[in-house]
Amino acid sequence: MTIVARFEIELTRYLDADGAALGELPAFASNRETLVELYRWMVLARTFDQKAIALQRTGRLGTYASSLGQEGVSVGLAHAMRPEDVLLPSFREHGAQLLRGVTPKELLQYWGGDERGSNFAVPRQDFPVCIPVGSHAPHAAGAALAFKLRGEPRAAVAVFGDGATSKGDVYEAMNVAGAWQLPIVFVATNNQWAISVPRNAQTAAATLAQKAIGAGLEGRQVDGNDVIAVRQVIGEALDKARSGGSATLIEALTYRLADHTTADDASRYRDDDEVAKHWKQEPVARLRSHLTTAHSWSKAEEEALIEACAAQVEQATDAYLAEPPEPPEAMFDHLYAELPSALAAQRDAALAETPE
Amino acid sequence: MTTSSESTQAAAQAVECTLVEGVNLALARALQDDPTVVILGEDVGIDGGVFRATQSLIGRFDESRVRDTPLSEALIGGLPIGLAAMGLRPVAEIQFMGFIYPVIDQLVNHASRMRTRTRGRLSCPLVIRAPYGGGVHAPEHHSESMEAMFTHIPGIRVVIPSSPAKAYGLLLAAIRDPDPVVFLEPKRIYRAVRETVVDDGRALALDHCFVTREGSDVTLIGWGAALSEVMDAAETLATDGVEAEVIDVATLKLLDFETIAASVEKTGRCVIVHEAPVSGGFGAEIAARLAGAGLVNLLAPIERVAGWDTIMPLPRLEDRYMPSAGRVVAAARRVMEYS
Ligand SMILES: Cc1ncc(C[n+]2csc(CCOP(=O)(O)OP(=O)(O)O)c2C)c(N)n1
Ligand SMILES: [Mg+2]
Repeated sequence: MTIVARFEIELTRYLDADGAALGELPAFASNRETLVELYRWMVLARTFDQKAIALQRTGRLGTYASSLGQEGVSVGLAHAMRPEDVLLPSFREHGAQLLRGVTPKELLQYWGGDERGSNFAVPRQDFPVCIPVGSHAPHAAGAALAFKLRGEPRAAVAVFGDGATSKGDVYEAMNVAGAWQLPIVFVATNNQWAISVPRNAQTAAATLAQKAIGAGLEGRQVDGNDVIAVRQVIGEALDKARSGGSATLIEALTYRLADHTTADDASRYRDDDEVAKHWKQEPVARLRSHLTTAHSWSKAEEEALIEACAAQVEQATDAYLAEPPEPPEAMFDHLYAELPSALAAQRDAALAETPE
Repeated sequence: MTTSSESTQAAAQAVECTLVEGVNLALARALQDDPTVVILGEDVGIDGGVFRATQSLIGRFDESRVRDTPLSEALIGGLPIGLAAMGLRPVAEIQFMGFIYPVIDQLVNHASRMRTRTRGRLSCPLVIRAPYGGGVHAPEHHSESMEAMFTHIPGIRVVIPSSPAKAYGLLLAAIRDPDPVVFLEPKRIYRAVRETVVDDGRALALDHCFVTREGSDVTLIGWGAALSEVMDAAETLATDGVEAEVIDVATLKLLDFETIAASVEKTGRCVIVHEAPVSGGFGAEIAARLAGAGLVNLLAPIERVAGWDTIMPLPRLEDRYMPSAGRVVAAARRVMEYS
């Protein structure tokens, strides 16, 4: 017998669950300002999340997918990106979208049922969230091919869940990324659950990262609750992608601390004990401990930060709530580049209707 | 993107060609004229496509622009969305319509709505080409006509040529259109006739039906390969003194209903012909639109001559499925005799 292939999957982690450094940190992580920046984005994401849930509970937002506990992945990956890279998010990457420049108001608009929320003023080329699980992975291949054809040093970053890794389109995208050496970073946010289906029921593969191997890509694991590790590992994968070194799949290990969405009740399928255990690993407290011990992050700074994030989200909420819906012709006016004459009568009819 | 190896002659040339050659001519013209056009699909490169629609493109244009994809239909549906959103103009080939169904996910959930959901920030100027239809004794899954699955999708266009010149002009229009277009090629007539196509880069109008025969007694409506049976039927009817007007719908979505309504208003009688199963076929949409148009001159029930509501049979029964010119003539006579 001859062994013709072997593989190893590397896990990267710099901070333990209490925020203590396990060894030497990457260079950027010695900079207090950078760490505070990462921390601020995570706190903003969590503040936004709490507000969104409160708005949903009081009938002022639609069904919402919480990112509670996953802020480390979201913020870490977006922090590693350059403005000209393109993000293709799932529906749970609010932290990444905020850092990319999507405003909290735009996010509220989207989740509140207003398409204008995906007309981002800032990351003009970032994709809107993707609801059909994993179906955006092929778009990343297309965006990356566009960059490659034009010789632009840019990368596409597609983010999806553990459940998505079971889908064919995700594999098809990884496969072509390998075959064509496309500048992509695939991030599988493994939050251990796909609604009620646990990670182990999703696949017999020992890691999700190893799904990269079959597509000829490098696969890595990272502790997704260690934002320093996420920032570092995604940064390396992006450098590789932008310099012609092909795509990487990064499995970020984290945990969905909230219900799947505001329409879900996770107590139907998982124990509180399990959730409590994972609260001890969560990314925001972890970086806060690290900042406190290693960078003398003070109580006053903490309070000021929390207040600033709350104020920002409050302001966005007010702006969102004050915004009247678009007029009904918006349904027609953005359907094609120009309104086809075949639809003019329907548009007129929609306008003539008075709402009940 | 490199264009150095590409031919630079662009002089208009009259070419005698078949429908599939018309497709090839349009693809070459688009690659030539627009550096953002990218062709992709299974075997479209060195092989030139299983029907030769992309023949010789790889020699004339940089191979980065004529790309063999992995065998990967969800990818062929999805990757062009990323390309198009980033400013390129992909033309993707699905080898046979029977394998296009993963692409429907991408069309319904993404390509059709990218412009709407981003309020115009991102758009999808892409073309999905696929050969379709029966009558060539192909293996299972290679003969269906499922165009109505696409005409139901808001935000896209569905175009079906019926001649070499229309293939050339409509495909150029589809590639230049700023929104997603599904371009279905009737493979039964890929090589049925030759006609002169002037390779002048001129696109035909989308959203526009063709009146391919004028007449005042009955309107026969069809598209794609079935148009040849419709034209044959019209000639047979003419020997009885019945002058049929024939409409080639060509752009099913968006539909040029005015041309159809004007014709039926004139003739008062109408037969709609398609290869696809009758129930829920695109003929139903045209019939419903005519019924709702309140034509004062409608003299007879609208008839549909179409495929049966059966699984597309394998070759030995295929002829019994396909709507024949004889069935069209019979239907036309029924509506002529109705009073
Ligand atoms: C293709 C598809 N199938 C089913 C659903 C319904 N659905 C929404 S989220 C979800 C689970 C997704 O799990 P995962 O990929 O792990 O992402 P997570 O929700 O954990 O972030 C399901 C089944 C969907 N949106 N899309
Ligand atoms: Mg999950």
